[in-house]
Amino acid sequence: MELNELSIKLSQYETEGASFESFFINNVGQEVLQVIVDGNDELPIFVTRTEEQVLCICYLFTEQEISADKHAELNDTLLRLNVPMPLSAFAKIDNKYAIFGALSTNSTLEQLGHEIVTLSANSIDALDAISDYLTE
Amino acid sequence: MSILKKLFTAVKGGVNEVGEGIVDANAIRIFEQEIRDAQDALSEAKRSLTEVMAKEIQTSRAIKALEDDIAKHETYATQALDKDEESLALEIAGKIAELEQEKSEQQQILNTFSANVAKLKEQIKQAEKTIVENQRQLSMVKTTESVQKATMAVNDTMTSGDSAMASAKQSLERIKQRQMDRQDQLDAAQQLADESNDKSLHDKMREAGIGEDASKGADVLARIRAKQNK
Repeated sequence: MELNELSIKLSQYETEGASFESFFINNVGQEVLQVIVDGNDELPIFVTRTEEQVLCICYLFTEQEISADKHAELNDTLLRLNVPMPLSAFAKIDNKYAIFGALSTNSTLEQLGHEIVTLSANSIDALDAISDYLTE
Repeated sequence: MSILKKLFTAVKGGVNEVGEGIVDANAIRIFEQEIRDAQDALSEAKRSLTEVMAKEIQTSRAIKALEDDIAKHETYATQALDKDEESLALEIAGKIAELEQEKSEQQQILNTFSANVAKLKEQIKQAEKTIVENQRQLSMVKTTESVQKATMAVNDTMTSGDSAMASAKQSLERIKQRQMDRQDQLDAAQQLADESNDKSLHDKMREAGIGEDASKGADVLARIRAKQNK
């Protein structure tokens, strides 16, 4: 599914009790869809499409937000949380920590919706779980 | 060096700055061209393989025909010997020797074809493996590139939006607050619904003259009279 098509379909779609708002961004020659689940615009999901896969990324926090001396411990925790966390994995992009999920480009709206809802819930749970490592 | 290792080195070395490509676009184009060349070579090899395999089958068939011919002439020779036609038998034997010579030549050709087929199959397998491997690596490079570009797009959006300034902790607090608000709203709505259910039940009970609210004007008057009479 193309991203603009996904954007239109998501706006009329509700799944697992969640609603979606999405914004199409295309200012650097790379199409990105910003999806907000249940009005949680603090943790938007960014969806990009490559030839092989659809990537859903949610940025969690920057490196600078980690409490001093807690980097290693946090990284260790994230690696341990990686497997139990359904469908998503932790990642680092530039200086930002993120969680992401990857899907086949042949995924259906239902599959994409499920991924986005799960990623959104995971991102909130993950922040909650590791907030002790973060500064205000 | 594998692409993943290159990416790793690049990330370690801090090359992964926004806007700076890990693998330059030209390298990607060259890589794509290499994959296309390998695919062309592969289809060429496959075409050769079918040709050689066809020749292999033809030669096998020719050998089979020669074997049949040899067997047939052996029967003729036996028959000639049975009839004491010594010189004819010798002539037939000569023919058999000729056929066998031809068969051994064909056998050599067949061996060459079979060896060629095995070699081509191995080459095709190798080429297919290389192509799949290169495509996988190319996909890594392209994904990295897309994510980089997407990050740039996202950064542009975030710095212009209000979510830019909030720390993760503040964001989490806001989300939790929103979730709590929503839960409170749901609870309130539920409470309201419950109350109105209660109310309609009371209404029905009153109509039926059941329950505490069932007192009617007549009863009240009777009570007041009773007080007066005291």
